[in-house]
Amino acid sequence: MADTVVGENPDPHAAGEDPNRRDFIHIAAGAAAVGAVGALAWPFIDQMNPSADTLALASVEFDLSKVALGQQVTIKWRGKPLFIRKRTEAEIAAAIADDGANLPDPQTDAERHKPGKAEWMILIGACTHLGCVPTFAGGDYGGWFCPCHGSHYDTSGRIRRGPAPLNLPVPDYEFLSDTTVKVG
Amino acid sequence: MSGHSTYEPKTGVERWLDTRLPIIRLGWDSIVDYPTPKNLNYWWTFGGILAVCLMIQIVTGVVLAMHYVPHIDHAFASVERIMRDVNYGWLVRYMHANGASMFFIAVYIHMFRGLYYGSYKAPREVLWILGCIIYLLMMATAFMGYVLPWGQMSFHGAVVITNLFGALPIVGEAITTWLWGGFAVDNATLNRFFSLHFLLPFMIAGVVGLHIWALHVPGNNNPTGVNVKSKADTVPFHPYYTVKDGFAIVLFLILFATFLFYNPNALGHADNYIPANPLVTPTHIVPEWYFLPFYAILRAVPDKLGGVILMFGAIAVLFVLPWLDTSKVRSMRYRPTGKLYFLIFVLACLVLGYCGGQLPDDHVIPGLSTFTLIDADLNSFVWLSRLATLYYFGYFLVVLPILGLTETPTAQPESISTPVLSHPAGMPAGAVAAPEKKG
Repeated sequence: MADTVVGENPDPHAAGEDPNRRDFIHIAAGAAAVGAVGALAWPFIDQMNPSADTLALASVEFDLSKVALGQQVTIKWRGKPLFIRKRTEAEIAAAIADDGANLPDPQTDAERHKPGKAEWMILIGACTHLGCVPTFAGGDYGGWFCPCHGSHYDTSGRIRRGPAPLNLPVPDYEFLSDTTVKVG
Repeated sequence: MSGHSTYEPKTGVERWLDTRLPIIRLGWDSIVDYPTPKNLNYWWTFGGILAVCLMIQIVTGVVLAMHYVPHIDHAFASVERIMRDVNYGWLVRYMHANGASMFFIAVYIHMFRGLYYGSYKAPREVLWILGCIIYLLMMATAFMGYVLPWGQMSFHGAVVITNLFGALPIVGEAITTWLWGGFAVDNATLNRFFSLHFLLPFMIAGVVGLHIWALHVPGNNNPTGVNVKSKADTVPFHPYYTVKDGFAIVLFLILFATFLFYNPNALGHADNYIPANPLVTPTHIVPEWYFLPFYAILRAVPDKLGGVILMFGAIAVLFVLPWLDTSKVRSMRYRPTGKLYFLIFVLACLVLGYCGGQLPDDHVIPGLSTFTLIDADLNSFVWLSRLATLYYFGYFLVVLPILGLTETPTAQPESISTPVLSHPAGMPAGAVAAPEKKG
C-alpha cells in the first residue's frame, strides 16, 4: 500500500471511472449465471416426464374371441382402461343414424372403427372430461356414461351430452388376424 | 420482532448469547412481552390452534413415513399394516387423517375471521397474501396425502385433479403427462406425490414463519378494527394470550379427540378402503369435505376449461382481496350492510360445500320437478351451485368494491380502550384488569 496516493478516491464505483468495462462484466456474469441455472433446471424438470421403461410398455395384443356379441372387455393399456366392445347390429345402426346429429365433436361412425370391422369398437376408456372410467351401456345414448360428472357417450363413443369436450379417443391399433388385435 | 425490545439478559450466559445470537430476545419480544390488543376474542385463538395442527401433522407424518411403502403394489397393504400391526399405528394414522380435517376446520374459521374483521386491509396485505399461500400449500399437501393410501378414492381423485390441467389449451396434455410421469396415474405418480407430500409441510412451516413475521410488524388487528393508539390498548402476550390460546387449544383438542376416538372415519369415505382399481371408477366420486365448495364450483360450469378457471379463480380472488374492498372501515361490526352480505357469503360457502357432496342432477327439494333451464332442472344441485358460485364471486368482485363507497358505517370507537372505559352501565372494577373478557 506504499504507492497509495493520499487523497485519491480508491472506490472504483466513484464518478469519473469508465463504467463500460465493469457493466460488461456484470451483465456477462449475470447472463452466464442465468444460463447455467436454466440449463441445470431442465434435467430437474424433464426427470418427471415418462421414463424410458414407461415409454417401452407401449403395445398389447388381445384375443378378440373372448368378447361376446353385445359385450365389452376392459383391459389395461399404458395404465389406462381400454374398452374392446363387440357392437350389435342395432348399436351400429344407431351410431350411423346419429352421424348427422348435432355432435359436440363431429365424427362419423366409420371414422371410429377399422374398415369392414364395424362391430369392433376399440377406445381408450378415460372420460375426456376428467379421466374417470365411463360405465358400459349407460347413459341416454346406450354407449357409455361417466359417473363422475355425467357425460353421455353414444355407441360410437362420441360425446353427446355433459361436460366432456371430446369423443372417447381411438388408440392406434391393427388387426393381426380376424381374432387378434394389437393396440399401440 | 419490531419496535423497542424490553428483554434484559439476567445471567452471564444470556448476555454472552445475546451478543452472538439474540434468539432469547427474539422469543421474548415475540411471545412474552409482545404487545397485543387487549380486546382479542376467541376467533383470534385459531392462529395458535393452527400452529398446533401443523406440528401434529408433521410429527405424525414423519412417523407414518417410517412404515409406509410408496409403491402401487404395497401402498394399500402398508397402510393396513400400520392400522393392524404397527404398535399404535392406528392411533398415529387416525391422528394424521383426522388432523388434516381439523387443520382445515381451523384454517377456514381463521380465514372467515380475517374476512369479517378486515384483517386483510392495509397495512396487513402481505400478511393476508402469505396466509393465502399457506392455504394453497395446505390444499396441495392434503390432496397428495390423500392419494398415498392408494384406495379407490385416492386413485380416482388423483385422476380427476391431475386431469384438470388437461383443460389448458395446447400444453394441457404435456403437463398432465409430466405430472403423471407416464400415460396415466401410476407408480411414478405415487412416488413423486409421496416425496412432495413430505416436503410441502416444511415449506408451510417456512411460510408460517414469514406469516408471523408479517403479523408482528403491524401487530394484530382486533375486533374493533381500530388501530392500537397507546399502551393502554395492549396487554403483553404472556400470560394473557398464552393462557387464552392454551384454553382454546384444549377445547379444540377435545373436538379432535372426539373424532379420533369415537368416529375416526366419519370425515373419510368408505370407498377408500377398497384398493385402487384403474379400470373401475366409484359411482359417486367426491373429494374430501374441505374441497367440496371448489368441487361444486368446478361442476357448476358446463364447460371443462371454464370450470377449471373458475375453480382456481375462486382461490386467486382471495389474493387480490385487499385491493377489492374499498371500505376504510376494517371491522364488519361497524358496517351494518357489509355484515349482512358477509353472512350471506358464509352461507354461500356452506351451500357450495353441501352441493359439492351431492349428485349434480339430484333435486334439492326431493320429488319436486320444476322446469329445465338451459341444461338442467332448476331444482337441482347444479343450479344451486351456480347461484352460490355467482354470489361467491359477486361478493368479492361487486359487493366489496361498491359497498365500501356507498355504505354508511356506524360510529367506531376512538380507541380500543374507549368503549370499555366509557361504558355507561357501570362496569365492574375488574373489567380493565381482565380485558380478555371483552369480546
